[in-house]
Amino acid sequence: MIIAERKPVDEIKGFIEGKKKVLVVGCRGCVTVCNAGGTKEVGILASLLRLDAQKDGRDLTVDEHTLERQCDPEYIDELVELVEKKYDAILSMACSVGPQFLARRYPKEKIYPSLNTCFIGGALAHGIWAEHCQACGNCIIHNFGGMCPISRCSKSLLNGPCGGSAGGVCEISKEVECIWHLIATKVMEENRLDEFAPIQPIKDWSSSRDGGPRKIVREELVK
Amino acid sequence: MSEEFEPRIIAFCCQYCAYSAADMAGSMRLQYPCNVEIVLIPCTGRFDVILALKAFESGADGVYVAGCLEGNCHFLDGNIRAKKRVAYLRKELESIGVEPDRLAMYNLSASQGPRFAEIVKEFSDIVTGLGPSPMRKKLAA
Repeated sequence: MIIAERKPVDEIKGFIEGKKKVLVVGCRGCVTVCNAGGTKEVGILASLLRLDAQKDGRDLTVDEHTLERQCDPEYIDELVELVEKKYDAILSMACSVGPQFLARRYPKEKIYPSLNTCFIGGALAHGIWAEHCQACGNCIIHNFGGMCPISRCSKSLLNGPCGGSAGGVCEISKEVECIWHLIATKVMEENRLDEFAPIQPIKDWSSSRDGGPRKIVREELVK
Repeated sequence: MSEEFEPRIIAFCCQYCAYSAADMAGSMRLQYPCNVEIVLIPCTGRFDVILALKAFESGADGVYVAGCLEGNCHFLDGNIRAKKRVAYLRKELESIGVEPDRLAMYNLSASQGPRFAEIVKEFSDIVTGLGPSPMRKKLAA
């Protein structure tokens, strides 16, 4: 899923400075699962903004609404009636796709992102998420013991670790494990080191961001 | 003004310890400030930051969560989870310029009626010292 985290309250306060009526819109997709922008987080942010305004004696109305998803136009349409209530600002608590879809559907509204979209990853434990995919567009993890060196190696190396690998840890931080250490350990344990010998060719990055913004068209699904 | 101020405090109390301790404090006829409103929760693991935020929005001057002694939670780690949530919300309150000491976590056992009375007094004194909640002042206006 897409992992995001909420922006600091101060930054969000800056977005709504001088505004009197604000709508906070959550998303029940990835950001609900990573506890960044679901119904609960919408409630917390809205409450903090209301308390902040009450504290300063400012007149501020903060409404809350959570959509099924903010990355599908049919769900974005559900917001029509609320948007008609004329908000001074709409704070999207989805990954950055959400505010972009909202801004496109409601061009006259002032839409602000309340989350920072961080990476594609998974939960290592409740409350801990780690990057596991870089959306390079050409998955080859089967060549690496089911681990992705593109997203999980700091240098995206495809042919073994660099000199910065020590004791299973990457030189950039003691918190970052060297994925090549894990890959090599696993392959050696399975006695498959010979399968592993061929040099990986230079990767074609055109399917990744290097090829520009990407788009998929599935003709059988298009109406 | 501050002499007349009597804080409004909401206490989220676990039924296995703090709530029973409050009961005991009552049975023992212990005196403690009457400005605390106790909310029974099945475990402090049920405590959620939104509950405390709603309490502040509704005019509470202080909120505390009282759970079992660490290691003694009926549901193993509900009180540890609550402690982390309280710590998280204290930071959030600070980020909007509200004194974090308006929110606290206490641990006690069901047999500690006197400690319950002590906690109410201790927290009430802290909040009295802080004065009326800045959010509450504006609500009243």
